[in-house]
Amino acid sequence: MSLLLLLGIAALVSSGVYLLLARDLLRSVVGLTLIGTAINLVLFTSGRLGPIQPPIVREGLQALGDAANPLPQALVLTAIVIGFALACLALVLAVALREDEGSDRIDDLRGTEPGEGGDGKPLPMPEDGR
Amino acid sequence: MSAGFAAMDALVAAPLLLPLAVGLLCGVLPRAWVRPASAIGAFASLAAAVALLAVVMSQGTQSTAFGDWTLPFAIAFVADPLGAAMSVVAALMGFACIVFQLSGVDAAEESATLHPLLHLLLAGVAGAFLTGDLFNLYVWFELMLVAAVGLFIHQRGRLLQEAGFKYFVVNAFGTLVFLAAIAWVYARTGHLNFAALEGALAALPAHEQLALAAALAVGFLLKAGAFPLFGWLPASYHVLPTPVLALFAGLLTKVGVYAILRVWGDVMPGLAPFANEALGWVAVATMVVGVLGAAFHWDMRRILAFHIISQIGYILLAIALGAGEGHAAATFYTIHHIIVKANLFLIAALMVRAGGDWDLRRAGGLWKSHPWLGLLFLVPALSLVGIPPLSGFWAKLLVVREALATGHAAWAAAALLVGFLTLYSMMKIWMEGFWKPAPADAEADADGSRPIAAPAPLPIAAVATCAALAATTLAISLAPDGLFRIAQSAAAAMGGAP
Repeated sequence: MSLLLLLGIAALVSSGVYLLLARDLLRSVVGLTLIGTAINLVLFTSGRLGPIQPPIVREGLQALGDAANPLPQALVLTAIVIGFALACLALVLAVALREDEGSDRIDDLRGTEPGEGGDGKPLPMPEDGR
Repeated sequence: MSAGFAAMDALVAAPLLLPLAVGLLCGVLPRAWVRPASAIGAFASLAAAVALLAVVMSQGTQSTAFGDWTLPFAIAFVADPLGAAMSVVAALMGFACIVFQLSGVDAAEESATLHPLLHLLLAGVAGAFLTGDLFNLYVWFELMLVAAVGLFIHQRGRLLQEAGFKYFVVNAFGTLVFLAAIAWVYARTGHLNFAALEGALAALPAHEQLALAAALAVGFLLKAGAFPLFGWLPASYHVLPTPVLALFAGLLTKVGVYAILRVWGDVMPGLAPFANEALGWVAVATMVVGVLGAAFHWDMRRILAFHIISQIGYILLAIALGAGEGHAAATFYTIHHIIVKANLFLIAALMVRAGGDWDLRRAGGLWKSHPWLGLLFLVPALSLVGIPPLSGFWAKLLVVREALATGHAAWAAAALLVGFLTLYSMMKIWMEGFWKPAPADAEADADGSRPIAAPAPLPIAAVATCAALAATTLAISLAPDGLFRIAQSAAAAMGGAP
């Protein structure tokens, strides 16, 4: 079980990094989301993988018996919600960029860098971001 | 904790709950009420933070726990001298930038979401400064990230979107690295509370402590804009409208620095000396690369953005100099630097409006038309360089003296050399923007990129904001004892009593 999860996390991280490094807006957002999912799984495993018992301390006992620690599950739930919201925001941003830019290649996003003038110095930048 | 929510609990949480409430309120109020509500809310947050700092300085560290659990399982908010002082300066910057925004310096029309997002950003920053829990720190980081990206893209603009996307991808990745480090810390210790982690982590073998500290530091250093993870900062900041830019420049990178200081000083005070050595060299590289970038550029926004990176290097160096004096110097430096850096961006905006230009080759002649603005600029500029008796001099003195005292002559030499280069690029702004005669219109338009804007009158509120921040810098310069005492008690409260 642990090995299976480990391999799953490794596969998610590696495909996430591959997509994040791709020269494509939407792919990099998907890559970031995949890495986020993998890290959520890491967080999940930090609470020990036990058999499927409800995390309730039995009457008369002081410690949780043979069940997984519920706290990381609560943490993961928070992280999933935040990650989902961020993914939505990033997708909207990527789509808007593609519409305005007419291209979804990351190499074309050079507008915020000053060009190089004939004397080797940076060219003046646009007045503001619009 | 007790069932009641006492006044002290409310005071500890007030610097983060107030901006959160004001932000939500600004989102639902009618348009006409948003601007006054935003200013009043920012002032109330400042007042609450000052009150909290006064209580912390007189009665010691205050804390409160949310949820009906006992510590260390509840979510703790801890106001120690460091956190309280940082939340004061964050609230001060929030108030200054909102007043500057309301003065109408930025010609663009104000979007309805600007003020809610500004307050949410301030809530995230204050939350990060006051939380006593590692996972809670992650949540505040994410709130800051969302609010910051929102501030990039709430007005549609091609460059704003592009900069926002770059900012988002790199910073979201940094936050994910931080989250992975949290999972590792929790798996090994079973704790997230800073106080409980201190004991639990000290029990781990030294090499594993180092690995955990490194994992945490990668995420924080990325947020701080440290070498070599700083590329996102000058690639994105300069497209923002000035009041927002000044707020970002003053506060956001410093949250990353604060998190490093918190981990090094509070969570893992027993870290092996190798951690400090490594951090020190990262700091030196950050200082040097940042200041060289600044020397290369001609756009004031990019010059100042590279100076953020360079100054982050000084603060990291102070952290690397170890508990006690080093951490006191880091606290002093951070607070001095936030005020100076935000003020530099605001004054640069005034220079542009007074008939200058962001690009220094197209600016000039301001000394003739606005001599007082030239003097006002010199206060934060020379303070950034570290000319005595300004606040930056005391900050650099603390760092260099401690570097020499701990036998790091190379670090001290790097700090002094970078000081010279900082002087060069500040003087470049002053000579080109103020002293040089104004360029003839035809010559400046030769590159054909855009016409030079006509001089416009400067709003009094905006000038007063810059003057008040400069006066704060002067107050720290002439009476550094007050801030130094706060910095020393911050270092002492973190366990590294000298």
